[in-house]
Amino acid sequence: MSLLQVKDLVVEFPGRRGTLRALDHVSFEIAPGEILGVVGESGAGKSLTGASIIGLLEPPGRIASGEIILQGERIDNLNFDQMRSIRGRRIGAIFQDPLTSLNPLYTVGHQLIETIQAHLPVSHAEARKRAIDLLKDTGIPAAEQRIEHYPHQFSGGMRQRVVIALALAAQPQLIVADEPTTALDVSIQAQIITLLKNICHDRGAAVMLITHDMGVIAETCDRVAVMYAGRIVETGPVHQVINHPNHPYTAGLMASIPDMAVDRERLNQIDGSMPRLNAIPAGCAYNPRCPHVVARCRTERPELMPTSGTQAACWLHAPQAPHGDLA
Amino acid sequence: MSSPTPSTPSPAAPLVQAHDLAKTFDVSPPWLNRVLEGKPRQLLNAVDGVSFDIERGRTLALVGESGCGKSTVARLLVGLYEPTRGHMTFDGQDAHTEFKKPSGRTLRRRIQMIFQDPYASLNPRWTVEAIIGEPLREHGLVTDAAELRERVGDLLKSVGLSALDMPKYPHQFSGGQRQRISIARALATEPEFLVCDEPTSALDVSVQAQVLNIMKDLQRERGLTYLFISHNLAVVRHVSDEVGVMYLGRLVERADKHTLFAAPRHPYTRMLLDAIPEMRQTGRARTPVQGEVPNPLNPPGGCTFHPRCPHANDRCKSERPALQTLGEGHWVACHAVAENRL
Repeated sequence: MSLLQVKDLVVEFPGRRGTLRALDHVSFEIAPGEILGVVGESGAGKSLTGASIIGLLEPPGRIASGEIILQGERIDNLNFDQMRSIRGRRIGAIFQDPLTSLNPLYTVGHQLIETIQAHLPVSHAEARKRAIDLLKDTGIPAAEQRIEHYPHQFSGGMRQRVVIALALAAQPQLIVADEPTTALDVSIQAQIITLLKNICHDRGAAVMLITHDMGVIAETCDRVAVMYAGRIVETGPVHQVINHPNHPYTAGLMASIPDMAVDRERLNQIDGSMPRLNAIPAGCAYNPRCPHVVARCRTERPELMPTSGTQAACWLHAPQAPHGDLA
Repeated sequence: MSSPTPSTPSPAAPLVQAHDLAKTFDVSPPWLNRVLEGKPRQLLNAVDGVSFDIERGRTLALVGESGCGKSTVARLLVGLYEPTRGHMTFDGQDAHTEFKKPSGRTLRRRIQMIFQDPYASLNPRWTVEAIIGEPLREHGLVTDAAELRERVGDLLKSVGLSALDMPKYPHQFSGGQRQRISIARALATEPEFLVCDEPTSALDVSVQAQVLNIMKDLQRERGLTYLFISHNLAVVRHVSDEVGVMYLGRLVERADKHTLFAAPRHPYTRMLLDAIPEMRQTGRARTPVQGEVPNPLNPPGGCTFHPRCPHANDRCKSERPALQTLGEGHWVACHAVAENRL
């Protein structure tokens, strides 16, 4: 059974000039111990998906319909206190900026011990021992001394390790990591990705990794979901999606990334930009930018359908496809 | 520092030459605190003796992690900072002497800059026409409003926007379009040298591709010379001719891009290349990255990279390596390379 199921999730923002639909029937599953990558450009709805799962959707945003099921139990309709007992205990969260995720007024030890005791029935001494072990596991040298330090005494990479330790403190089954390496330098980024991957593997935690960086996805994930304008447009095993994308958007995205192995005079560019929420085109939202557009794309919205190796929401892959495979 | 620069400029001399450029910032606590608490003066060597040259029509990229001084180099080159030591020559003239003279306006016209954040670098209360027209008016390059509008329209077209965008405000554009407005503004004075400080770091990859393509097209059409600053090695590999790798205010390796990416010599360059996530599993052997950039206020002695370097010995801890040539256009500052240990 899957650990997390998201079914037809719709998130809306009511406003004066009508309701904006930011997530439009998003569905996916995460198996225990699996790392799912969610990738897309700014505004595609990937962070919103993560926020919905951990119950931290900012008002006036709200879940309009759909279900979020954690181990067979619906969690999208829980009240604040019920959600609070799940957040941290069963779902851990890691955010982009490690400095805003930590309280600057308390030592990291205080924050770790508080988190552990809030969720697990252990004594202070036992919690402290666990906190030191967590810091050691996340690769912080001299953990016994560092536990007494404040967040500002740590460097950016070390702070992100502390945040990972905090997220793991109550041994959650699922970790939602929203751009965990974006604020870090490349050399630190590689360390944090390796850490996240190993530590979740060792503890059997599943991870939903939200990022705009395809390289990070390729290095870390088992499966990937590509989002565009509030919908998942392609999903599948990570190497299938990266090497043999079936949705024109994924293909365009992959070709626009400068490649270390290939010399090209010009990068492939996707003309135009992602539509705003109040001007999402009819039919397939990608149709104005798509090089393979046909009449049907402008009127009828494609759902995810099986293709070779992945699932793509694109009429090119409908049984009566007008074209063959993407070049 | 060794430098390949000839002492007298000739017509074939590089357009931009930086010679031992250094910038030190005083980050001491206020005077009263120093007196009462006995705190010492504190100096930060943001850039510490950087030399390079860029030939006309070519692109030099500077790469490095946060705090390595690459943006300070950019600001030194456009005259936003005065160097603490060293000098920069532009087309045979000493740039920082020239900037101070009344005739320095001509030089400023020939050197322009594109900034990282297209949201912060455009005035939200100005129309696109006013933003792109300002350098034209400021340098007296147009005589009347009709000519100004015509020039702004042409500039917008050259970056793939429309003359109809002139009355709009920055908030009406997406990030990539705003960055193109920044490029149009930088091009307004018909500069020869553009300093681009992380011009695509704030953009999504598909938009980044649009901006990088435009920059390459403009370079080909107008013979522009670029200094391109980035932390993204894949982008650098795409746009540059030559690459300089910076670490804690110093250049540690400089080579043409094919040499640098195919056969990096400095251990830091190798580490940076190893740290890039791989899109397609090519099975390249990689060593895990270790350690972090030290505090620039208290840099390690000798070679500043020695605490993270797997090849460091006693000499590296005490003696600072100078940039030495390894052959045609390839310089490395590393004792291990010089001693053939690496």
